Amino acid sequence: MNQDIYVVIEHLRGQVAEISYVMLAGGRELAKGFGGSVAAVLLGNKAQGLAANPSPTSGKYLAADKVLYMDHPALSDFTSDAYQKALAELIARDQPRAVIFGSTSIGTDLASTLSIKLNLPMVSSCSSFSADGKFTSQICGGKIMAEGELPGPTALITMVPGGYKTEQGQNSRAPALTQVEISSVEPVRVTLAGYIEPESGDVDIAKEKVLVSVGRGIQNQDNIVLAEELAKALGGVVSGSRPVIDQGWLSTSRLVGKSGKSVKPKIYLALGISGAPEHAEGITTSDTIIAINTDPAAPIFGIAKYGSEIDLFDLIEILTEKVKQSKGG
Amino acid sequence: MITYDVIKSILVLLALLVAGGIFLWRVYQLLWVNLRLGRPSGPFKQWGERIKGVVVYVAGQFRLFRVLIPGTGHFFIFWGFLILSLTILQAIVEGLVSFANPYFLIPLIGSFGPLALLQDLFAVLVMVAVIYALVVRLIVNPKRYLGSHKSQGVMVLMFIFTIMFSLLVMNGLRINLGQDPLHIWRPISTVVGRIFSGVVAGTQEVIIEIAYWIHLCVVLIFLTELPEGKHFHVVTSVPAVLLRNLEPHGKLPATPDLNGQIGVSTIEQFRWRQMFDFYTCTECGRCQDVCPAYASGLPLSPKLLMMELRDNLKERGAALKTHSLTGTSQVAQKPTLVGDVISESVLWSCTTCFACDQECPLFIEHISPIVDMRRFLVIEGRVGTELQDALANLGRYGNSFGQSERMRARWTQPIQPPIKDARREPVEYLWFLGDYASYSPALTDITVKTAEVFRKVGLDFGILYDSERNAGNDIRRVGEEGLFEMLLEKNSAALSKCTYQAIVTTDPHTYNTLKNEYPENGICHHPVLHYTELLDQLITAGKIKFSKKLGYKVTYHDPCYLGRYNGVYDAPRRVIEATGCELIEMPRHKDESFCCGAGGGRIWMAEGEIQERPSESRIREAVKLEKVTTFIVACPKDVTMFRDAVKTTGNETRIEVKDLIELVHAAL
Amino acid sequence: MNIIILVKLVPDLVEELAIDSSGNKLDTAWLRMIINEFDDHAIEQGILLKERHGAVVTVVAPDLEGVDDVLFTAAAKGADKLIKIKGDFAGTNNHAMARAFSAIVKELQPDLVLTGVQANNDLDGSLGPLMAGCLEMPYVGYISGVTLGDGKSKIRKEYPGGLIAEMDVSLPAVLGIQAAEQPPRYVAVSKVRQMMKTSTIEERTAPDLDMAGGPTISRMFQPEAAQHATMITGNPEEVATKLVAIFKELGVL
Repeated sequence: MNQDIYVVIEHLRGQVAEISYVMLAGGRELAKGFGGSVAAVLLGNKAQGLAANPSPTSGKYLAADKVLYMDHPALSDFTSDAYQKALAELIARDQPRAVIFGSTSIGTDLASTLSIKLNLPMVSSCSSFSADGKFTSQICGGKIMAEGELPGPTALITMVPGGYKTEQGQNSRAPALTQVEISSVEPVRVTLAGYIEPESGDVDIAKEKVLVSVGRGIQNQDNIVLAEELAKALGGVVSGSRPVIDQGWLSTSRLVGKSGKSVKPKIYLALGISGAPEHAEGITTSDTIIAINTDPAAPIFGIAKYGSEIDLFDLIEILTEKVKQSKGG
Repeated sequence: MITYDVIKSILVLLALLVAGGIFLWRVYQLLWVNLRLGRPSGPFKQWGERIKGVVVYVAGQFRLFRVLIPGTGHFFIFWGFLILSLTILQAIVEGLVSFANPYFLIPLIGSFGPLALLQDLFAVLVMVAVIYALVVRLIVNPKRYLGSHKSQGVMVLMFIFTIMFSLLVMNGLRINLGQDPLHIWRPISTVVGRIFSGVVAGTQEVIIEIAYWIHLCVVLIFLTELPEGKHFHVVTSVPAVLLRNLEPHGKLPATPDLNGQIGVSTIEQFRWRQMFDFYTCTECGRCQDVCPAYASGLPLSPKLLMMELRDNLKERGAALKTHSLTGTSQVAQKPTLVGDVISESVLWSCTTCFACDQECPLFIEHISPIVDMRRFLVIEGRVGTELQDALANLGRYGNSFGQSERMRARWTQPIQPPIKDARREPVEYLWFLGDYASYSPALTDITVKTAEVFRKVGLDFGILYDSERNAGNDIRRVGEEGLFEMLLEKNSAALSKCTYQAIVTTDPHTYNTLKNEYPENGICHHPVLHYTELLDQLITAGKIKFSKKLGYKVTYHDPCYLGRYNGVYDAPRRVIEATGCELIEMPRHKDESFCCGAGGGRIWMAEGEIQERPSESRIREAVKLEKVTTFIVACPKDVTMFRDAVKTTGNETRIEVKDLIELVHAAL
Repeated sequence: MNIIILVKLVPDLVEELAIDSSGNKLDTAWLRMIINEFDDHAIEQGILLKERHGAVVTVVAPDLEGVDDVLFTAAAKGADKLIKIKGDFAGTNNHAMARAFSAIVKELQPDLVLTGVQANNDLDGSLGPLMAGCLEMPYVGYISGVTLGDGKSKIRKEYPGGLIAEMDVSLPAVLGIQAAEQPPRYVAVSKVRQMMKTSTIEERTAPDLDMAGGPTISRMFQPEAAQHATMITGNPEEVATKLVAIFKELGVL
């Protein structure tokens, strides 16, 4: 039984996912209040390097006080069953104050099941914490926030990004690594057969400087061409939110958001996008977000720098015209 | 003694029996065997009206003249056919009795001078009309014939020409040989006879017989060919007009319960009266010419649709004959009617504008089978994603915008004093707005102006606030009967609690269904008015005083569901006039108005492969009227469609789209 | 092959949400409950599997306003059995729901349990993985494709950026559906109405709802945007002109 905050590091095919740093930042906040340390929990097979080496993109390390490393062939790639069993053993043995998972394809496969199995309380969709042990979560598409005291004795938490910057979870030194025993993860009921690469799109939206992005407000596939005209005029490309990709109006390579890509353009022009959290996740790293939406209460106006309530259909062609004119003349 | 005359009689008898037999057998297959597969139709009432229709539309060929010169041509061919059928009868009878009397003349009709003159003149008129028709088909080749079986048409025209010409030759030579007691009544035949005056008498006799046989044989061949293809309309036209649908245009037939199957998926599920329409199509293409879907490049042509249904009926009838009729549904149909023969995209292209049904000279109903087949697609869930979303929203929220019911009356917030709530207090006029007027942000302005106009003219009116639901006109046209019923029940519940004298609506689609389809479901027995009718009434009664004469030069677009469907053409025009505007008509106006493309649920669907939007074509038509600067509409969907079209055709500085209420508002 | 589909009803976000007088719950006065969109996908995936492999599909839902329509709609799509669980689900959480459902689901001896990967009102995890814990079955979430084999299933799991992992999961298992292999099919209103006459909804009572495991919420509120965008007003012409100026300022034009 300790007052440590455990953070379950997410990694995929040799790379640490961004959410891990956000979780570490949240964990640090909590650790201040509870007085314990932040332990990064790393599961894998010969994967020590993920903690011991700096990230190839940022050159930084995990901002944890220590790393608890569990090694097993069954853990080489993430699968829910083996990971869940390994973590169950660890949590039952150590009984930390809190265990933080990502509210992601990896974390959500684990947290709830452990809550039932270990009979531990959980709280999900947390965006931030306070040093006095309170959590803040978001529900209903980000329209409602809920606050409360972190339950005990061990709180299982899933976190969404948005409350902390990646940098707050990064360090310039590698944390100390301890290998932890696993007794068994058998029987393993979920095994990885292979990966399927995403559609290699014609463009990599994560590299574009200008994105004209469309959401439900574009209404149908025929109207996408209007966005393409504007994008072309601005020297950018078209991207979209989940509903647009699900309908098949844009290929998956153009998806921006939680299940798509995070983008870092100079200008992100959001047309008819409400700005729900799953999408917002992907655009917070943009330089300037400009949002066009007829709903004044759309969450996107909370993260955009500029906005207008004008109907995108009234605007788009005039805007394209003016952009072309300003280039030509 | 076996003379030529005896042989002639025998041969004529044989030919008549063979040709007649083939003709009757074919007619039997088509009209009895096949039609029996169909579901019941009728009852047929209002016989006075029906018979009058035969006189006006068949004898008078009334609708033919909508395309003037070809219509006139057909008038003469039709009447020529009738008048000269007596000569055909004469030819057959004289052939049959030729063994006894080779010069037999049928009493009365064979010996009545004035009739002979009429026949002579008509023979020429028919030949002229036929030559014109051949020129049209072979040289001019208008677009409406695209897809029609032109070779069949040409063949029959040549038959007719031959029949006429051989008759004139026969008559002419008989006059030469002094065999015609009525020769003074046949001036044309006489002239034709003169061509052969140099020929020896004996040879002329031979030529007469040759002409006779050509005449008879071509007639009999034509008879056997009559039931095949489009010329069957010769047989079916009178019954088609006689048994035409006399219900209000805007009233779709209810879905009969086919043991749980809703809609039509195989041809035998149509009513026999609908099948009769498939046979009656003359492939004239007038419907195709006025169809906005066809004009925009979509795959639908009402004419081709009828032809495909006709062909399918014949094939299916033939296939089913080899099985007992009780097992019809088990005879697998590959290719399927709905999906293969008639593709889904054809069915979804229709805007239900009624131009085709309006134009057809034989009152063929094109929309009715389309909706029947759509009903099947809806039940099968074969609905595109955009339409599915719209229907889901209509089902859940009662409007196609996907917004909460509570937002329906948000537009009323700035209005002081508040508009009466018809659910709480009695009103004289219950204003049923429709989705677009209530929810579309671009139209709020017009809706508010409408309320202001109603106030200014002292109308006692109220609205249903958030108890109003989509009236369901286009939901029915899309084929979702269940959803229509559900919304009708909700509207019915709301209306039943209200006290009102009449309903007024600003949306023609809502108008159409409230007026024509709600009463049979037990509600809405009060008069239903479009706002233009109401304003017209008030203006005529002197209750509205305009303070200004606007003096704009405008053109007016007749909305499909107000004009063609419900005959309201003049009331809006009088209102325009009363505001002091000058109305200049577009070429396609009143019942020829060209649909904006939004109806039939198409405003909820993906546009598809369109070459020119109907709305753009219409704006281009308006812009050709040099003096006109304002395009007046009386339907909220028209406002939306045409404002877009003005932008996309680059006419923003040239013409402005306004709802009629805006004129009234400005002139008060 | 026995497939169970668990369905939750969640607040319709089209309506304006409000907090009730207690300050820590949603105001139910204007709340419309609709089927969780991801559960709709789960139903679609279940029906697709039935069409492919001939399974028996049972749909289980809690007794909340609107549940009958949800169940009959599922029947119209092809579900074989409909079960409504009675209990006071209005203020409860996923842990309670998972415990309440699991006793009944165990009885049904499923080979596969499908449910949506998440719901918009989840505060204590999601129903799927909680059920898996109660039933001691493996769980995989963010599923966008399922095929069934002998005693196991092959699934496609979505990761960010469009990456997909194919995994083998031994049955019985619980799967959290992100998207069905095709969008949920349309079902005509008349078909649903017909189901109302011909199908029956079996009612079962849940044992008392045990909310242990969920957090205690002290306060619910609507977020004050920490910042708000600078709004550009005017007609389209004016807005476009201002935007072009911004584009120039940012160096894009």
